[in-house]
Amino acid sequence: MGNPMKIRAANKDGVTEVKVLVSHEMETGQRKDAAGAVVPAWFITELVARHGDKTVLSTEFGPSVSKNPYLAFKFKGGSKGDKITVSWKDNKGDSRSDEATIG
Amino acid sequence: MNNQRRTVLKSGSGAALLGMLAAAGIITPGIALADWNKAAFDAKSMADTLKALGAGTPADSKDVQVTGPDIAENGAVVPVGVASSLPNISMVAILIEKNPNALAATFTLPEGTEANVQTRVKMGQTSNIYALVKSDGKFFMATKEIKVTLGGCGG
Repeated sequence: MGNPMKIRAANKDGVTEVKVLVSHEMETGQRKDAAGAVVPAWFITELVARHGDKTVLSTEFGPSVSKNPYLAFKFKGGSKGDKITVSWKDNKGDSRSDEATIG
Repeated sequence: MNNQRRTVLKSGSGAALLGMLAAAGIITPGIALADWNKAAFDAKSMADTLKALGAGTPADSKDVQVTGPDIAENGAVVPVGVASSLPNISMVAILIEKNPNALAATFTLPEGTEANVQTRVKMGQTSNIYALVKSDGKFFMATKEIKVTLGGCGG
């Protein structure tokens, strides 16, 4: 389990904008440590955002997404008080899910 | 025993198998996408990536916008956005031509989600960034060059 994600969701004129900041190393597998050994790749592969039970975005990441990935998107619908759930899993099988309320 | 080599061999045959199944029509590419698209993310060149995404040779479109800085001081964190006014967009992908693996991220957009996504990517060096979108089953592309003064892929 990584650290909690920061999720902000705001509804304006019937469109909900969601911003997610994930806490993750996103190691590319290209880097070498001080001893010259390759640092193994460790990155989020999949991230899914749901509004209630409905998937509003599913993404696949490669290692070239930045450390602590940021993501912003918009979808039609959603109202104040609805729940947004974002979950990810990484290439080591770790996963995490966090919730936010549309404000 | 070299464990990393084993893993590579294993995953390599897995991707090949997936490709064979897709070719045989047992699983459609759409279903295959439900799992992380290893073939696309492992592809090195732009052409191979587009092939692995099933995009062929996408047409350039003025209705696709890539946003990002002209010059990125820090290649480890380059904000990139893709927006498009094309109808029925089901998929958006961000590709970076000169990175070790071109594909950075793909976004599957269900109906109701706008074709307007922002994220941050790493860039090893100055490169063209391509935004690929799938609209009504056809692929379109737009490009932008971002100059990088400090690479973000280690080294």
